[in-house]
Amino acid sequence: MNITAFTFKKSLVPGLLLVILVALVTLPIYGSLYNVILVTSILMYANLTVSWVLFSGSTGYMSLATAAFFGIGIYASALFLPTTGAVFPVLVVVLIGGLASSLVALGVGALTLRLRGIYFAIFTFVLVVLIMELGIWWELSVSHLLGRYVILVDNNVIFYTMLGIFVLVMLTTFFIRRSKFGLAMRSIGENEEAASHIGINVTMVKVITFAISAFFMGATGAIWATKLTYVDPHVAFNVLFSFMPVLMAIFGGMGNIYGPVIGAALFAYLQETLQTEFPEIYMISFGFILVAVILYLPNGVLGLIQKLWKRISGGKRAHT
Amino acid sequence: MHILEGEGVTKYFGGLAAVSNVDFYVEQGEVVGLIGPNGAGKTTLFNLISAALVPKPGIIKYKGKNITRKKPHQICRIGIARTFQTVKIFANMPVLQNVLAGSFFGTSPGMSSTDATREALESLEFVGLSDLAATPAGDLTLANQKRLEVARALATRPELLLLDELMAGLNHTEIAESMELVKRIRDRGVTVVMIEHVMKAIMNVCDRIIVLHHGQKIAEGTPQEIATSKTVIEVYLGEQTNAGS
Repeated sequence: MNITAFTFKKSLVPGLLLVILVALVTLPIYGSLYNVILVTSILMYANLTVSWVLFSGSTGYMSLATAAFFGIGIYASALFLPTTGAVFPVLVVVLIGGLASSLVALGVGALTLRLRGIYFAIFTFVLVVLIMELGIWWELSVSHLLGRYVILVDNNVIFYTMLGIFVLVMLTTFFIRRSKFGLAMRSIGENEEAASHIGINVTMVKVITFAISAFFMGATGAIWATKLTYVDPHVAFNVLFSFMPVLMAIFGGMGNIYGPVIGAALFAYLQETLQTEFPEIYMISFGFILVAVILYLPNGVLGLIQKLWKRISGGKRAHT
Repeated sequence: MHILEGEGVTKYFGGLAAVSNVDFYVEQGEVVGLIGPNGAGKTTLFNLISAALVPKPGIIKYKGKNITRKKPHQICRIGIARTFQTVKIFANMPVLQNVLAGSFFGTSPGMSSTDATREALESLEFVGLSDLAATPAGDLTLANQKRLEVARALATRPELLLLDELMAGLNHTEIAESMELVKRIRDRGVTVVMIEHVMKAIMNVCDRIIVLHHGQKIAEGTPQEIATSKTVIEVYLGEQTNAGS
């Protein structure tokens, strides 16, 4: 009986993932336009959250630079997909957005990843503000534009691009976690000094991970811009996008790869529902939910699910 | 052959000379003890050798090559491993993973995962932690955490191992086991430098002893020479009756 339970459990997760993937891929066929747009924004948050966890969750460096990388991606679209005529195909621009963000991450990371703890968090936060201010200055005094308009892209194209990035970021996280590189990242998160003394090039591992995570944030920003259609520095470098991934990751639980996704999905869905159904109390109720989660679910929603699952599946074994 | 050499090694913290103009050498294959009162600069010297700190001024040579400007991970990859006075294990990772990190990234970074795992298991076996391979490292007793640090350091395949107070806080049985462990490490051909306050262990295990006091080297010699040295007794050992306890 144990063996059947075991194989059932083994095939459960990949099976479930396949079902979810198929459901997502076919969504535009059976779902309404509203649902496609809702899932697109859920995927956007999931992308940011999973990429944030990829770096910050394992190395323990709390990055608040998400909005900077996201915004750089958004500006890639603003520059290369203007309403006056797209310079490159959408997918190429998405790639440019990702690469530009990782380049900035490489530079910034090499300079600042020696900072620890709160100093690193503050620096990354300041980075967002700095880039935004630079953007404002540039638009005002060099390009003389208040904002930029991005071409309209079909909702399904946006959806599938977002989904593609999501699948890529999940696969990347999955393989990095199981690799030697992932072991180095976890060692750094556990004790950076010890990690360096057993031969791990801690600076290189941190900078590369930072850049990989920034790539997905930038790519996500680039495709998101086609949904925004109007872009200015305040829209692109909104600091809210630095904090959302952190909150979503805490909400879902960072224990494994699915926690952040569950967190992002529930969070984004809640946000959407509360915003449309109860606009007056949206922010208040949101705050209460978050406080409750942090107080009572230290391992996030996923931790709760795992606890319940253990009670259901492990209950039988406990009696024997 | 001198596997490790220091010339005029100095390190100031603000106005305080933590290590001051220390010359030292370590012969290949020997066990060298580094002793001295608290604050004498022993751990600082370890930090300088392992490149956690940079000497200023001073030169440290490994196998005749200047290694003063290297990074900690480079020091490890050329064959110098260390443990820490306050254990720095990866507490939330299983014991085996701790050691695996050592064998993956040590002196032979291109290793396949089967080889690395075999090596990690071998290191665990060597220190006697095989049965605890799957336990989270944070759940081990202090003695076992210290053994784990040794296993992790050995997994990097060092030629020179720096042990920082391996026996502090351990009971008599554990100290005896640790002394045995150091001897077995030496028998594997690994040169050992150990900081230790447990005199019985130092006198028993070491071929040679270096004594630091206020950052300066005040004596150097065989255990017998150190145990009878007037200066050492004055600043560190105290009455001779205490020297052996």
